[in-house]
Amino acid sequence: MTDHRPSVGRADRLIARDIACIRGGRLLFAGLGFTLAPGGVMLLTGPNGIGKSSLLGILAGLAPPAAGSVELPTDTGRIAYLGHGDGLKPLATVAETLAFWAAVNGPGDPQARRQAIEEAMEAFALGPLAALPCRYLSAGQRRRVALGRVMAGAARLWLMDEPATALDGAGARAFDQALAGHIAAGGMAVVATHAPNALDGAEILEIARFAGTAPRFADPDTWGPSVGQDP
Amino acid sequence: MTAFCALLAFDVRLSFRRGADTMVVVGFFLLTVFLFSLAFRGDTALLARIAPGLVWVTALLAAMLALDRLFLADFEDGSLDQLLLSEIPLELVVLAKAAAHWITTGLPLIAAAPALALVLNMNGAGLAHLVLSLLLGTPTLTLIGTIGAALTLGARRGGVLISLLVLPLYIPVLIFGVGVVTAAIDGMDASVPIMALGGFLLGALALAPLASAAALRQAAR
Repeated sequence: MTDHRPSVGRADRLIARDIACIRGGRLLFAGLGFTLAPGGVMLLTGPNGIGKSSLLGILAGLAPPAAGSVELPTDTGRIAYLGHGDGLKPLATVAETLAFWAAVNGPGDPQARRQAIEEAMEAFALGPLAALPCRYLSAGQRRRVALGRVMAGAARLWLMDEPATALDGAGARAFDQALAGHIAAGGMAVVATHAPNALDGAEILEIARFAGTAPRFADPDTWGPSVGQDP
Repeated sequence: MTAFCALLAFDVRLSFRRGADTMVVVGFFLLTVFLFSLAFRGDTALLARIAPGLVWVTALLAAMLALDRLFLADFEDGSLDQLLLSEIPLELVVLAKAAAHWITTGLPLIAAAPALALVLNMNGAGLAHLVLSLLLGTPTLTLIGTIGAALTLGARRGGVLISLLVLPLYIPVLIFGVGVVTAAIDGMDASVPIMALGGFLLGALALAPLASAAALRQAAR
């Protein structure tokens, strides 16, 4: 078994070099590279199916790139990843969920952990929901809990896939504030989004610039063996 | 260590809160053995003779019932990705999940075993060794089961596949588990099959997390 996880580099920045991604036998993008310094935000944009989520998965180390390499900053510690799934258990309450993930991914010191959870609950107005099992939450509320989990983790690098999905106006503002706070504290974020917000200094990576030359919707019969899981 | 304990406690608490896994496993175990005892109720000598094998085969099938739940929910709701990215080694995650699964299905099953020993007319030494053999054997079943559960993630009808993958690997545990109880009932020395069961458990403890973790990494791609 080869370890395809991104290596930890010597620099304090996230470096993606010459990355190519093949999914379902077709080339999504190739030659994609960028550097992200502390305090930087990279917005991934592009139409559906261009490979935003795949790129996030590669950066997180969940899937290997077809070519190229990813170098994580030296002091990332953990990576906070927010994918399509919220990762909430129907029977766990909001408070239990946040406490559990903070114990797994958050600060090691119990005092700091409690404070991180409190701040996250405050930021996303989760207080009134604390004792509610997650199965009673709406889609937007679930998203807020998932964002709270990211915030309560001690990660310097946030990788987020459509974080504002299902959020209402207040929720989206809370997210913008949380992201701005994370950046101000020297954090980094790579965010796949359809609505590039007006965050100061955010760089935009248009994945279509690196898109593969193969036809986007090829004849399924010519597809190679599936690389990813079943759709 | 904090993370390992948190994972174990979270899984155990949620599983008991749901209750379905524990109830299905224990219910299947009790009912099936009870059905056998009804079917052969005229022949207590035959029942006593087949009791060790009967209890062990039923325990094995019962233990398999909840296996597909082991990683499936985590895989579907995105928790598995989170665990893959956490600093806990994935092998430890598997171990915590297996421990939680055993506490919520294996232990209740063992607790139900004395009731069956009564139904099947098992003697005291037989019951004691049945409990001992289950204590040593069922964790091995769970650990081997994690491999099947991890390998079948993302497959349709994974539950059936798990049975086909895992049942052949259960055979040694079954043979020596029954060996322990039979020897005890016959008043013979059961230390050899007990040591064999212990050896299987140690082997599974060392190897199953490695294999399952590799399969989980593959599934998450």
